[in-house]
Amino acid sequence: MFGSLSNSGGSFFDDFRRLEEEMDGLFGRWPWPAGIRSVARGTYPPINVGSTPEQVDVYLFAAGLDPASLDISLQQNLLTVSGARKAPMEKGVDYYRKERFDGAFRRIITLPEDVDPDQVDAHYRDGVLQIHIKRREAARPRQIEVKTA
Amino acid sequence: MAESKDVKTRDTTEVQKREPELMLRPPVDIFEDGNGITLIADMPGVSKDRLNLQVDRDSLIVEGEAEIDMPEGMEALHADVRSTRYRRSFALSGELETDGIDAGLKDGVLRVHIPKRAEVRPRKIEVRAE
Repeated sequence: MFGSLSNSGGSFFDDFRRLEEEMDGLFGRWPWPAGIRSVARGTYPPINVGSTPEQVDVYLFAAGLDPASLDISLQQNLLTVSGARKAPMEKGVDYYRKERFDGAFRRIITLPEDVDPDQVDAHYRDGVLQIHIKRREAARPRQIEVKTA
Repeated sequence: MAESKDVKTRDTTEVQKREPELMLRPPVDIFEDGNGITLIADMPGVSKDRLNLQVDRDSLIVEGEAEIDMPEGMEALHADVRSTRYRRSFALSGELETDGIDAGLKDGVLRVHIPKRAEVRPRKIEVRAE
């Protein structure tokens, strides 16, 4: 009968998202047990990791970053990205909402074991930090000859 | 009392299966001062040509499409973000001068300023010395 009191126009799928969060809490994110380094949903910044046979791509969704504040390091297959995203409160104004992250962050991501730390490329565009890492060439499959006795 | 109920069947061509599109709700900071209201939204991946701002007397709708160039056949290992569409809307009040809206987008941060109508802004009253 009454419309939503908070008229912030949330998407219809907010309810599904909330349900998804509860399910995640019960069963762990993803079909298998959460990695020991995994962080709570909602940790800033959100990241996506994708792979092809040739490379692994990591995307960090962090708008308004200062690329100079970023520290990206890859040790074996452990990628660490740390930096700061400033969103300071302006003075002399009345705030109604302050939802955007402000401060320092660090995310540590376990990547497939065959990533090559010497072949990392990173660039920042339109608020997305993209890190591309080439994978080491797989060992050539050995041909096994069947001897007929 | 027995009733026969005829279940009305819909012609299958009428029933369209709509895939619910998951929209991302960008986090915002909103603040106000004497001059107007400022809204700052995080929309990583959105460039100017993929941004759609709609404003009328009653509402402000912010929409954007994130563009992430991914190689062909990339398999997801981890996905915090499962959509590329941002959308959020806000009801506006009458004292805002929507014609004077000003917006900028940089590194995925959208900043929108809507001034208040001149007659509503706090006026400094000059006191004449007699």
